[in-house]
Amino acid sequence: MNRYPLWQYLSILAVVLAGLIYTLPNFYGESPAVQVSPLRASLKADVALLERVEKTLKAASLNPEVVALDGNSVKARFADTDNQLKAKDVLSGQLGEDYMVALNLLSRSPQWLTSLHALPMYLGLDLRGGVHFLLQVDMKAALGKALEAATGDIRSALREQKIAYAGVSRDGNMLSVKFRDAEARGKGEAEIKQRFNDYALSANEAGGEFLLQATLKPEAERRIQESAVQQNLMTLRNRVNELGVAEPVIQQQGADRVVVQLPGVQDTARAKDILGRTATLEVRMVDEEHQASPGAAAPFGTEMFKDRDGNLLLVKKQVILTGERINDAQPGFDNRDNEPAVHINLDGVGARKFKEATRENVGKRMAIILFEKGRGEIVTAPVIREEIGGGRVQISGQMNTMEAQDTALLLRAGALAAPMEIIEERTVGPSLGADNIKRGFDSTKIGFIMVALFMIAYYLMFGTISMVSLGVNLLLLVALLSMLQATLTLPGMAGIALTLGMAIDANVLINERIREELRNGVTPQAAIHAGYDRAFGTIIDSNVTTLIAGIALFMFGSGPIKGFAVVLCLGILTSMFSAVLVSRAMVNLMYGRRARLANVAIG
Amino acid sequence: MEFFKIKKDIPFMSYGKITTSISLVTFLFAVFFLASKGLNFGVDFTGGTVIEVHYAQPADLAKVREQLAATGLHDALVQNFGSSHDVLIQVPLKQNLAGAKLSEQVMDGLRKQDAGVEMRRVEFVGPQVGKDLIENGALALLLVSLGIVGYLWMRFEWKFGLSAIIANLHDVVIILGFFAFFQWEFSLSVLAAVLAVLGYSVNESVVVFDRIRENFRTMRKAGVAEIIDNAITRTMSRTIITHGCTQMMVGAMLFLGGETLHYFAMALTIGILFSIYSSVLVASPILMWLGVSREDFIKPEKTEAEEVLP
Repeated sequence: MNRYPLWQYLSILAVVLAGLIYTLPNFYGESPAVQVSPLRASLKADVALLERVEKTLKAASLNPEVVALDGNSVKARFADTDNQLKAKDVLSGQLGEDYMVALNLLSRSPQWLTSLHALPMYLGLDLRGGVHFLLQVDMKAALGKALEAATGDIRSALREQKIAYAGVSRDGNMLSVKFRDAEARGKGEAEIKQRFNDYALSANEAGGEFLLQATLKPEAERRIQESAVQQNLMTLRNRVNELGVAEPVIQQQGADRVVVQLPGVQDTARAKDILGRTATLEVRMVDEEHQASPGAAAPFGTEMFKDRDGNLLLVKKQVILTGERINDAQPGFDNRDNEPAVHINLDGVGARKFKEATRENVGKRMAIILFEKGRGEIVTAPVIREEIGGGRVQISGQMNTMEAQDTALLLRAGALAAPMEIIEERTVGPSLGADNIKRGFDSTKIGFIMVALFMIAYYLMFGTISMVSLGVNLLLLVALLSMLQATLTLPGMAGIALTLGMAIDANVLINERIREELRNGVTPQAAIHAGYDRAFGTIIDSNVTTLIAGIALFMFGSGPIKGFAVVLCLGILTSMFSAVLVSRAMVNLMYGRRARLANVAIG
Repeated sequence: MEFFKIKKDIPFMSYGKITTSISLVTFLFAVFFLASKGLNFGVDFTGGTVIEVHYAQPADLAKVREQLAATGLHDALVQNFGSSHDVLIQVPLKQNLAGAKLSEQVMDGLRKQDAGVEMRRVEFVGPQVGKDLIENGALALLLVSLGIVGYLWMRFEWKFGLSAIIANLHDVVIILGFFAFFQWEFSLSVLAAVLAVLGYSVNESVVVFDRIRENFRTMRKAGVAEIIDNAITRTMSRTIITHGCTQMMVGAMLFLGGETLHYFAMALTIGILFSIYSSVLVASPILMWLGVSREDFIKPEKTEAEEVLP
């Protein structure tokens, strides 16, 4: 009665073997490596790049252990950090600005394991060191910007159609267009309705004025907010690339938050500077009718900003272009007088708007304003020499080469659609990360040894079998975590220890049940059978309740807690398999064949 | 080897009034301390900045405080963390400080004093995050409780679900009471431990309940109290050994896991100890008082069928 068919033994063996293979990479450790990945979508990491990297390294007489193509990057592994750093310098010098060269760690596991997608566990930031940021996107500002742009667009639409209006103004989330008579308002309403279907319109009369009030429809509001987050994600990706981090994580979390994780980054000040540069860029016209004077309020419809030299300038509130219309920006030189310059390339909409604005304003000055943390600074305020079509713009004058580079970088990395603020930061130094791994590993090891000694002393042979199956449980859990590449955090390591401690429950239940049956005078074979059989229902029940807790933690937990929840849930699954099937298989192999079993070693 | 050779069933149910009274008193104490002292919420929940630094030599806390005061951080809490070389600096959230930049200011200041100071960890949590975490924690607690009651209802009967969750929420309150009384820091990982305890200690009740159900079927002539006593006595050996083993693991974490895991393991330790007590001496008496009976398990159709037989 205590026999499994052969296929069952074999499938259990197959699972354990698979577990072994996927656990293996964790034992090889990691070596310093250099990772080269293209920064532009048009460039791909391919065999050509691989050869180029190999050749460059050979020319510098650096001998990498392995150079391999991995996803969209080429990775070269070195024996020590010294060679790694040299290689980074050589490669970033040779490959130029189109590629990002970053330091990384690469598993030393052999090629055949890697080709099976057997990778070591993915360690969280608290174990490997690095920075975690949570950024909040200012949605109000995103909407405000959309509304501000719409005021300008409504004005030009009405002007284009030659509909007389008295003014367009914004009050909170509402735009009001004033008309002199009902007829003009009727025409205006038809025109606006046709062009701006994101807005809900309502006509109103107040104080002898004919008003048309427009508010954003809820679905449009949602869309604007979504695209603001999307654009910010994109911008952050570009900015993180400037930092040269090997495996950054940049993800949306919830409706209006973004998570940025930079493994291995120690210089948090620079990371914060580049990420937190909540710069938005706006192109507006300089108001030349009024004179800016310090202390005085800016005239209606204008704002006062300082330029880089501290001079005050009055700038109109209406925005011609925002940073999102900029496709590319490169530092260079003015081809007429060889002065440092920035060459900007605008997208289609941007080019058209820019053409209109420059046509109407030849000889006047336009200002490019950089908003950082709610404060605007005029980057440059060039005079418009002529109408500029085609979306190719050059800005020159008032800057040196460094400034041109800075300005271009800011323009290229793209402005954020809405300002962001860091609302959470967790930085873990590399020494603490290593300590955490050691502590987590030590406590699991010591705990496991204590439990093993006790179980073997208390249940003899059955205790030994329980411990072997608990070992299999650990093996499978680590294999599963490696396979899924779930993030292992310190609480996750605690979860491993805890699930091992809890998994022993199933074996204790079974062993106690067998003892009890034996005490009641049942034959050993029948006692083993009844023990496993009767305990099974209880094991399921008690594991399901823990699983419920694990799932709730996964749903509501964030960061490290999620790591704990993942381990808890996976650990319950592997422990059911190993405590019930693996230990039974061993018991069956050992005792099941003997027809007459006089006694079993269960203490 | 065998620790528990109990020949006769221990009459747990006759102690029911005493044990539940003890529980009630402990529970009320816990509630009292929670209300009077409150939980010492960590930076995860309150917001603020925590910086852990490491010195090559034993750190001079007075000098660190002096330096912080010079940067304008008079209300920073400076203490040793784990060893005399490690220092933990806690700065509460303030409106006028650029939260995310604070850690750099502090580190710059400390480096001026001693260039060898090493940044181990920085945690900055803004006010919005803390609020969300409390909400999510409460939601998770509610969801786990409902899930457990629902599952036990489905597998057993509503009386079982209700008495198990009362017993286990009582454990949770007692853990929180301990944290309030000793003013241990209540962090995100402690919350995770509390929720894990909730799932784990229900195991205990489930094992006893399973036996009770089985006994209702096999011990046909016994009364309800006798059945429950027998179930508890029979599972006691397993209870002690299982929890002992789990506690060995948790104990290793408590002593070797470092500061980060210390309170996590502490919450688990308290939870494990009280869950043994509560599932045996609280859940079972409540179950009896809720009027569990043989009819809850043996369906009336069966008895009818039996009556028809000669």
